[in-house]
Amino acid sequence: MVEILNIFIMLMLVITALAMVSSRHLFVTVMLSGIFSLLIAASFLLLDAADVALTEAAVGAGISTVLFLGALALMDVEETTRGVRRIRMVSLIVVAVTTIFIVHATFYMPAFGDINAPIHQHVAPWYIQHVPIHMDIPNIVTGILGSYRGYDTLGEVFVVFTAGIGVLSILGDPIKNRQHRPAHNRGLRHYLIPRLVGRMLIPFIILFGLYVQFHGEYSPGGGFQAGALVAAAIILYALLEGEDKALQVIPMRVLYIMMASGALLYGGVGVAALLMGGNFLDYSVLASTPVAGQQWGILLIEMGVGLTVTGVLITIFHAFAARSNL
Amino acid sequence: MDVATTLGWLAAILMLIGAFFTFVGGLGALRMPDFYTRMHAASLTDSAGPIFILIGLMLISETWLVAIKVFTILVFLLITGPTASNALASASLLAGNKPGLANDQSEAE
Repeated sequence: MVEILNIFIMLMLVITALAMVSSRHLFVTVMLSGIFSLLIAASFLLLDAADVALTEAAVGAGISTVLFLGALALMDVEETTRGVRRIRMVSLIVVAVTTIFIVHATFYMPAFGDINAPIHQHVAPWYIQHVPIHMDIPNIVTGILGSYRGYDTLGEVFVVFTAGIGVLSILGDPIKNRQHRPAHNRGLRHYLIPRLVGRMLIPFIILFGLYVQFHGEYSPGGGFQAGALVAAAIILYALLEGEDKALQVIPMRVLYIMMASGALLYGGVGVAALLMGGNFLDYSVLASTPVAGQQWGILLIEMGVGLTVTGVLITIFHAFAARSNL
Repeated sequence: MDVATTLGWLAAILMLIGAFFTFVGGLGALRMPDFYTRMHAASLTDSAGPIFILIGLMLISETWLVAIKVFTILVFLLITGPTASNALASASLLAGNKPGLANDQSEAE
């Protein structure tokens, strides 16, 4: 049964991707990319990768779509085409050959769910065996991401941080851009139904975000997903009540501090571990026992991830919104 | 039949009804003549379908915790779905998209 669902979702993914490529209307493309993310999140869930599914649904289907729409408000919705669309032979040959190679390579991969596949023989059993000993938390994914692969996650946080800085340096400071325009931005304040429902939902979204943040060691979740959820709540507030109100709740200054302090907190935990006699990002030395140290370390770095992701996502939204007439 | 089997059958029937509504909604969204009637079909069945499907799922939940979680999802869907449809219809009306069936049939696509 799951097999059939998997195949169905894969087919839908291909169809959606083809539709995205062939569509000339950017608004349609953005909506299709949201559908694509939702489909692939469902596929991740079928593969029992709940953590990734949650991230994909929150970031890919949720926040990205909103940010793309914010970007669309700055430009034309029609894709510009250069004259007649003719098929370029060189591109076609390159794509065809690459496809043949990739399809050929899949025949050498282990069968789906094969217990003898290399990935189930090398580090995976080691992780499954050692996470309960080293850090005593039920969610192995959090253990791997937060501790064993702490360097990778640190890199990801800095990528997110850099992306935030990049968007700001391209679009400019939201506050300055805002001052150049008359204060006409009222959000949907004239429109009662979404406002009331939003007012009812926003506390629950933030509550769920905090749950995902602090329950990440026990159930799917962690800083990335929580950051996306909290940012979604604030962006919803900004859409309903207007940018100015949202900037009163969390001013740009606070957002800048959030962006930087999250990355700083993550790196700081690493340095603290160094100073206390361990390796960089080796949390075992942070508390009296190694297990407690690991748990504290993961909790702290997840907080850093959450802070940076929330700050960056809201900042990017404000940066787009300040330039456009949302 | 014991309680579990009866509940299972009941759940199956409810989920089939829900699937039927969802299917009809999809059909309506494809076949209706203009934007508002399409949305009408999609949004009505978007509420009716999940009610039956999720109640069916609640009946076959293994623990109370799962049943309560599914119920919470149902409540959120029932609140957000109609709101989204309402916002969509309102945005379309504000953008100047007139209902095709309002004055005569000829304008319908």
